[in-house]
Amino acid sequence: MNLRGVGVSPGIGHGPSYVLTVSVPEPPEGATYTGEAEQEKERAMAALTQVAGELEARGNQAGGEAEEILKAQALMAEDPGLVVKVRSLIDRGLAAPRAVFEAFTKYRDVLAGSGGYLGERAAELGDIRDRVIALLNGQAMPGLPVAPAEPYVLVARDLAPADTALLSRDDVVAFVTEEGGPTSHTAIMARSMGLPAVVACPGATRIPRGVQVMVDGTSGEVRVEPAESDVADAVGAATARQAALASWSGPGVTADGHAVPLLANVGGPAELDAAVAAGAEGVGLYRTEFLFLDRAEPPSAEEQERAYRAAVEAFPGGPVVVRTLDGGADKPLAFLPASPEANPALGERGLRRFARYPEVMDVQLDALAAVGGVRVMAPMVATAEEAAWFARECGDKGLTDVGVMIEIPSAALRAHDLLDLVDFVSIGTNDLSQYTFAADRQLGAMSALHDPWQPALLDLVATTARAAARAGKPCGICGEAAADPGLACVLTGLGATSLSMAPSALAAVRAGLAAHTLEQCRDAAEAARTGSSSADARALARAHLPGLDRLGL
Amino acid sequence: MGERKVTVAAEVGLHARPAATFVQRAKLAPMDISVQKPHGGGPVNGKSILAIMALDVRQGETVVISAEGEGSEEVLDELAKIASTP
Repeated sequence: MNLRGVGVSPGIGHGPSYVLTVSVPEPPEGATYTGEAEQEKERAMAALTQVAGELEARGNQAGGEAEEILKAQALMAEDPGLVVKVRSLIDRGLAAPRAVFEAFTKYRDVLAGSGGYLGERAAELGDIRDRVIALLNGQAMPGLPVAPAEPYVLVARDLAPADTALLSRDDVVAFVTEEGGPTSHTAIMARSMGLPAVVACPGATRIPRGVQVMVDGTSGEVRVEPAESDVADAVGAATARQAALASWSGPGVTADGHAVPLLANVGGPAELDAAVAAGAEGVGLYRTEFLFLDRAEPPSAEEQERAYRAAVEAFPGGPVVVRTLDGGADKPLAFLPASPEANPALGERGLRRFARYPEVMDVQLDALAAVGGVRVMAPMVATAEEAAWFARECGDKGLTDVGVMIEIPSAALRAHDLLDLVDFVSIGTNDLSQYTFAADRQLGAMSALHDPWQPALLDLVATTARAAARAGKPCGICGEAAADPGLACVLTGLGATSLSMAPSALAAVRAGLAAHTLEQCRDAAEAARTGSSSADARALARAHLPGLDRLGL
Repeated sequence: MGERKVTVAAEVGLHARPAATFVQRAKLAPMDISVQKPHGGGPVNGKSILAIMALDVRQGETVVISAEGEGSEEVLDELAKIASTP
């Protein structure tokens, strides 16, 4: 049995499974109590207080991040609004367990309805509720094995901080959960413990208890009862990879000395430290919309200046490429409203939306001009007219290094026209895939079409890079494609002049590049384009990149 | 009635640790504490972490904290400081 979820903490972990099933049945609807209301209320309050106390105690024991999370949960268990609700439900005749169930569910639904961060907190509330009800019913909460014979793979529907707080790094080798996302507690805990984790993995709790499981926290693959040789291979590869990667540092360069600056994609000042620590040479994509998301008003010129200046100061010698506000579609912005669209990804987003709000644009371009030393580029440019318009607007503000993103096939096909008007281009491979394959990025069912090895995508990259080389202007890549060490070599071979990626991907890409000459990269690129499928393209390219296997990449 | 208008500075907004710290302090105060978004709905109980979380205050947003009675000025100062701590 092989399962697949989302890898949220890299590495390979294998061991026997321990499936944590916490099943607290819903107390029957309309359940009543015998005796006095006051007594029933006291019983409920005592349970809430006890659970709060346990959470607090576990927090003190755990320390660190877990302590903060558990203490916040302790506050939830004794929340005054919740307490009032429980008491009034008991006054209306409901038994304590049912009253607790209904009160928690009401709050949980409010948080779940908000989605995102609050939605994930809703799962915690469900966990606290189950603890209180279990206590009221005299039911024991299933715990984790104490001092197991060998470290295990912890499998659960979802893990609450209360479950994971006291876990020892020595007892667990990996986490797998059916639910949760990249910002769920499971993911955060796993990363802070340095353990591999896969979340959003359907079917995980059907893994039989005690069978061998191998978890790949990078690919998201979960293999049940894998062959011993497969485990040895995966572990060997992971170990070799780590050793190899640790031995490379410095700027991105091929084995024969062709420099390919390795840059970081960042969403705000908070991510700069990680980029510097990972050895990024600059910022290849500053996603400024993250400064604007979830706000009623756009950030002030001063706040924007601070955010942009922080990047320039973090990379004094390196480029900082700032993308202007990319709102719309999956990134709605309250202060840039648009009429409802049936297909927002094909609608007024990116530069199209930005252009409709000159007051917001003026503030951002002014802030960028005031900081100086940044390159500025526009998202979602389809035509030369749009590129010309953007270049003019930036020029009026005194910005001198102006580019556009290539993420629409029309822009890639006519890159030479765009390059006459701007100083550089940067290929956003994620959206370029979406628009080339007419496949929604947000649909899991479309994921095969978003394989960045798709030959059609490589063709568009090649067309763009060739136009840039002829114009003598830089052509960067920012998108998931650049984070794949093999593909990074291919992109270099196609003519990309810099590669920008999540900081965590830098080490592998740096090592992969350094293991090959520019000639090998070009051969790999040419070979990849002769493939008729993404699997073909990958295999054909890798035949020219022998260093990848040596590095375990 | 004393009031403090504060811009929430923490990156996570008034959630997680900032919310917990805020509520822990508010619970120590003898008087009622209320928190409101200037253009949002009615005020919520500043001693309720669930209500504060549901208010969904993000980084850069403003809230008004109110309290009345003896010692309320000092409590408000402390709460304002917590809310405005990055």
